[in-house]
Amino acid sequence: MFAFIARLLAAPTVGTALAIGSLVAVTSGVVGAFVVLRGQSFAGHALGDIGTTGAAAAYLGGVPVLYGFIGVGLLGGLAIEGLGERARDRDVATGIILSLMLGIGALLLYVMTQGTNATGGPVAILFGSIFTVDPSVTVPVALFSLLALLLLAFLYRPLVYASVSPQAAKAAGVPVGAVGLLFMLAVAIAVEESALVAGALLSTALLIGPAAAAVRWSRHVGQAAALAALLGLLAVWLGIALAYQSYFWPPGHRGWPVSFFIVMLVLIEYLVARIGRRAPGRAAARREAA
Amino acid sequence: MRNLEVAARPGQPILDLHDVHVALGGRSVLQGIDVRLAPGELVGVIGPNGAGKTTLLKIILGLLRPDEGSVRIAQRDVREARGLVGYVPQSFAPDPDLPLRARDLVALGLDGSRWGFSLGGARRRAKIDEALAWVDAARFADQPVGRLSGGELQRLLVAQALISDPRIVLLDEPLANLDLRSQDEVVALVGRVAHERDVTVLLVTHDMNPILGVMDRILYLAGGKAALGSVDEVVRGDVLTDLYGHHVDVVRVHGRILVVGGADAESLTCTTCDA
Amino acid sequence: MQILGTLFPAGLFTASFMQNAWIAGTAVALLSALVGFFVVLRGAAFAAHAVPRASFAGAAGAVLAGGDTLLGLAIFSAFSAVGIASLATRRDAGQTTALVLMAALGLGSLFLALGGAYAPEVYALLFGQIVGISRPDVYAIIGLLVLALVATAFLYRPLLFSSVAPDVAEAKGVPRRRMDVLFLLLVALAATAAVPVVGALLSFSLMVGPAAAAAYFGRSPRQALGIAALIGVLSIWFSLVFAYDTGLPVGFFVAAVTAVFYGLGRLWAWLWEVERSTARAA
Repeated sequence: MFAFIARLLAAPTVGTALAIGSLVAVTSGVVGAFVVLRGQSFAGHALGDIGTTGAAAAYLGGVPVLYGFIGVGLLGGLAIEGLGERARDRDVATGIILSLMLGIGALLLYVMTQGTNATGGPVAILFGSIFTVDPSVTVPVALFSLLALLLLAFLYRPLVYASVSPQAAKAAGVPVGAVGLLFMLAVAIAVEESALVAGALLSTALLIGPAAAAVRWSRHVGQAAALAALLGLLAVWLGIALAYQSYFWPPGHRGWPVSFFIVMLVLIEYLVARIGRRAPGRAAARREAA
Repeated sequence: MRNLEVAARPGQPILDLHDVHVALGGRSVLQGIDVRLAPGELVGVIGPNGAGKTTLLKIILGLLRPDEGSVRIAQRDVREARGLVGYVPQSFAPDPDLPLRARDLVALGLDGSRWGFSLGGARRRAKIDEALAWVDAARFADQPVGRLSGGELQRLLVAQALISDPRIVLLDEPLANLDLRSQDEVVALVGRVAHERDVTVLLVTHDMNPILGVMDRILYLAGGKAALGSVDEVVRGDVLTDLYGHHVDVVRVHGRILVVGGADAESLTCTTCDA
Repeated sequence: MQILGTLFPAGLFTASFMQNAWIAGTAVALLSALVGFFVVLRGAAFAAHAVPRASFAGAAGAVLAGGDTLLGLAIFSAFSAVGIASLATRRDAGQTTALVLMAALGLGSLFLALGGAYAPEVYALLFGQIVGISRPDVYAIIGLLVLALVATAFLYRPLLFSSVAPDVAEAKGVPRRRMDVLFLLLVALAATAAVPVVGALLSFSLMVGPAAAAAYFGRSPRQALGIAALIGVLSIWFSLVFAYDTGLPVGFFVAAVTAVFYGLGRLWAWLWEVERSTARAA
């Protein structure tokens, strides 16, 4: 067991993967807890897809994919948040923006496949590239993560208030619109980092999965955020270890994708939480009846 | 269970609840409820939050089965009598761009639950026009519902409930979110439903004052128990104290009634109870 | 005249693969508009986005197993539809949809990685290809359209009722959960047909864009349905022309064109709003 871990850590790409993966897991978990609280899963998912365009553009431009993801992700976050209040309308509008951006992204991805006649680039963008990512992005990822977490710390109380009772918060003078916007920027950072690790299509897993599981075991958002970060870390570390090990597995000894393992682990965490603990409301009702 | 039926009319009750017990999420919501209502009565269902008003509605609509006791509508089982009960829900807030006209909304009450799609026809259209006219909605019949005011929507929902010729109509908090003038209009409309069409109306509300003038009897729910009778008989300190299980005062000021001290030690915000 | 020549070059209507594309594309547009109408009505945009994506994993799996891709699409879209409908409660529908989608895509990434050599075929399913539609595919898609038309004809009233006023519908005996499942199965049907033509990444736009635009233009359900169908068909026709002219993937054009229609719809609604407030002020 220890020999395995030693071997794992010695492998060159794994160190970077673990570092970046850990940063991403923590950020996504914490931000995700609030996304789940605010019921903004679709927006979170949309940001992942929107980021694809930026990533593809960055790749074609020779810039590290991270900046493309985050750049376009931030713009997308602004657009989504600026769409207005009505839930249903916003969902459709989110979807249309998502489609439009993804359409352009699809175009760029297509151009990528034509250019080099290989599917490596698009695969990495869509499904994750944690083992092939340039180690120099570790520091930028750390900085972005720090930014997102600081933003969240700054927004903590007004965000909770605005999420739980927006009307009351507004009446109390909380700038609900600005809070929502800043939060969406933090989400964009978290999602796009996650896209780096697990791919644009799977970024939502790290954002929502651990948070959805954590919420069922926590009494308030702060707890949920911490627990989500831990669950995310668990999934990422175990996922990396398994992916590394899978190089020795059939078929073809090419290794199974890291994103697959991470997503499956996140889902297992969620299912365990769902089966193990009903929604918090019921527990409270049960207690009061006793 | 206090059942002061002095004011009820003789004959077969249109709604008959007998010894109904309901428990949700391990908590007893309704205990031993007995209710008998006559045709054409307008009964206000009043009580604090969590007292079981919505649960009672669900029982009558057949969406929830009581743990004990029986529910009969026009001497029939609830499932059979589904077509005899109309329902006006608590909230209906359409998108401004919802592609549905007022007459489409009302038409849903006529055949919305049947398979297939309707082929139209003069008779169907006449029925819809008639329903719209009765609630004074004819002038905006072809407007998209998203553009209508709360009061206008409420009238449409009543028309939707009435178009299938029910014997009982249940309204869940119809006056919430309405301005005073719309409230008056809806109250007058509901009064006509009961007294002109001889339809029994059960109106759930948390404030009895707007409907004092039009109510025949009141069904007060608190602490899982109920009292049914005229307002003077039921809304009294002693009766309500007995229901609530702690001291409650009734104050009358300028023709309005206030129930004081009902800071419900018993009512819980049970968010998952009516699953 | 020159412009027409470049816009409608030879072979646009006569090439055999294009004939398949025109027929299949039109059928897919009609089917997507029909289902899209209910998607917009029910605010189920996320589910409409998730099901086609999830179906992609089925296609990847089918390619890996050497089976029929259309079957793989159908199975995975049906499973994800049922999964979302049964697991989602009113409060956490978004989470559940996201997680079902992740489950499917996670498997998809595995299938793709293991598939290796067949990757290009699977990528075609991501972006949509007009070249790759065969005659049997066309028949299958028309079959799906017919199935959807029959199903919708049956479900129209109760589904409309349940979508507009779910509480009242339930009181009248329309089972809410069952309608949820049936609705999502319709979405699965539309996804299975749309993915080969428009691609898993963007078939959502053909489902939602035209219907959302139609909501701004139409006043009654039937009007909205009709307008959605019209816009959908126009969108795919424009997209096919552009895709043929440029050789770029159809999906991109569908996303762009439907977004334009949606924008027009919103603009129209906004102009009406302005007119009404000035009339009121006058």
